[in-house]
Amino acid sequence: MFRNVAELIEMANSQNKKISEIMIEQEVAVTGRSREEVLALMDRNLTVMEEAVERGLKGVTSHSGLTGGDAVLLQKYIEKGNFLTGETILDAVSKAVATNEVNAAMGTICATPTAGSAGVVPGTLFAVKKKLNPTREQMISFLFTSGAFGFVVANNASISGAAGGCQAEVGSAAGMAAAAIVEMAGGTPQQCAEAMAITLKNMLGLVCDPVAGLVEVPCVKRNAMGAANAMVAADMALAGITSRIPCDEVIDAMFKIGQSMPSALRETAQGGLAATPTGRALEAKIFGIPLVNNESKS
Amino acid sequence: MKYRSVFDIIGPVMIGPSSSHTAGAARIGRVARSLFGREPKWANISLYGSFAKTYKGHGTDVAIVGGLLDFETDDVRIINAIDIAKEKGIKLRFIEEDAVTDHPNTARIIIGDHNGELELVGISIGGGKIEVTELNGFELKLSGNHPAILVVHNDRFGAIASVANILAKYEINIGHMEVSRKEQGKLALMTIEVDQNINDNILIELEELPNILKVTKIVD
Repeated sequence: MFRNVAELIEMANSQNKKISEIMIEQEVAVTGRSREEVLALMDRNLTVMEEAVERGLKGVTSHSGLTGGDAVLLQKYIEKGNFLTGETILDAVSKAVATNEVNAAMGTICATPTAGSAGVVPGTLFAVKKKLNPTREQMISFLFTSGAFGFVVANNASISGAAGGCQAEVGSAAGMAAAAIVEMAGGTPQQCAEAMAITLKNMLGLVCDPVAGLVEVPCVKRNAMGAANAMVAADMALAGITSRIPCDEVIDAMFKIGQSMPSALRETAQGGLAATPTGRALEAKIFGIPLVNNESKS
Repeated sequence: MKYRSVFDIIGPVMIGPSSSHTAGAARIGRVARSLFGREPKWANISLYGSFAKTYKGHGTDVAIVGGLLDFETDDVRIINAIDIAKEKGIKLRFIEEDAVTDHPNTARIIIGDHNGELELVGISIGGGKIEVTELNGFELKLSGNHPAILVVHNDRFGAIASVANILAKYEINIGHMEVSRKEQGKLALMTIEVDQNINDNILIELEELPNILKVTKIVD
């Protein structure tokens, strides 16, 4: 069983296998499930992701009315053709937003690694799909590669906003996605690790400050930027750029930053954007009373 | 290692919006329901830390109640769980606690009916994964690294051996085991961590043993 990214890369290189394959083999060994069963379970998760993106691209609105419809706006903008960045990156952003808008509307999603960060991995996957034309099997492999890196983060740091801030959720998701994009594009296991490191470095310190405690503002747009970050970092790694700080040390830094983050900035809706005048006003409007009030109610 | 499976990371399939505050909360409720063994008539649910501060926005309250109604994390009925519980005549009480707990996402659930009560403390550690830290006043020390089952039993000779024999029959190795009781000859609890997955048919077989009251899988 690999305990860190260095061991994961070493296993992939010495056995001349892809990271996704190492993850599949470990899953079979640890759970006692057959390979076919493991692949079928991931296939089902992929289907849930496809359905969520499809639903989000038709347009949804959350119960609170705070989020929804941005994925549609971005798709229409892409169709016009005069965007400034690139089609693949904007498509990834739009599909990440679509997933999180469905999540905010209490729709069905697949947590990757969490629900609040569920947009990044599928968003980038379905955007890169247009460019690389992967088989269904390769798309499933994308999820195993993401899972392998997420597995290391979850066991050595955290994937919980309440424990480690948004860096632990969208930061981890973006790193996982970047690594998986690199593998799908034909990069080496080491380049996957570089992409993960570059992405996560640029998410360090990101706090979890949801307005009104809802997984909406700023979560949906953080997934958008997580997807963009992953796409750019993947291109950088494929260009041969490396991270001066090794991936495992970046993950460790993320963990320590999370531990020193005050509780007000770890999913308590007490600091950051949640505590801005507009954040508080939205909260009061949605719930009638501000959430800072902790009086017991029956 | 707290996370063993890739499906802890890519998964669960769930109703939004939060894996820790919605899916994890539903799982804590469902473990309580499963250990209680039937639908409760009432539930007092205490929320701590981030759970207490943000439960309305995350639907933590509806999710826990959904779990108490035996709904899975991807069951759309979770959205209306509180209304469904009220229709069934289940009395619900939510308490926002100020006390600081070891983990920010902690819930204490006390459920009951005219035949009995159950008290459980669960924490949601991220990505939908949960740990049960306390059951009916018994402190549980589960690593969370291995599949685990809880066996509520009468404190009688032979109870432990009979459970171990069934596990041996299915070639399931026990990695760690704790037995605790509050009073000699009364209710006791076995916490068993094993190396292999335990199928539902084995749980049923264990439950049919003499002096075994309830068997529940708490870690997959």
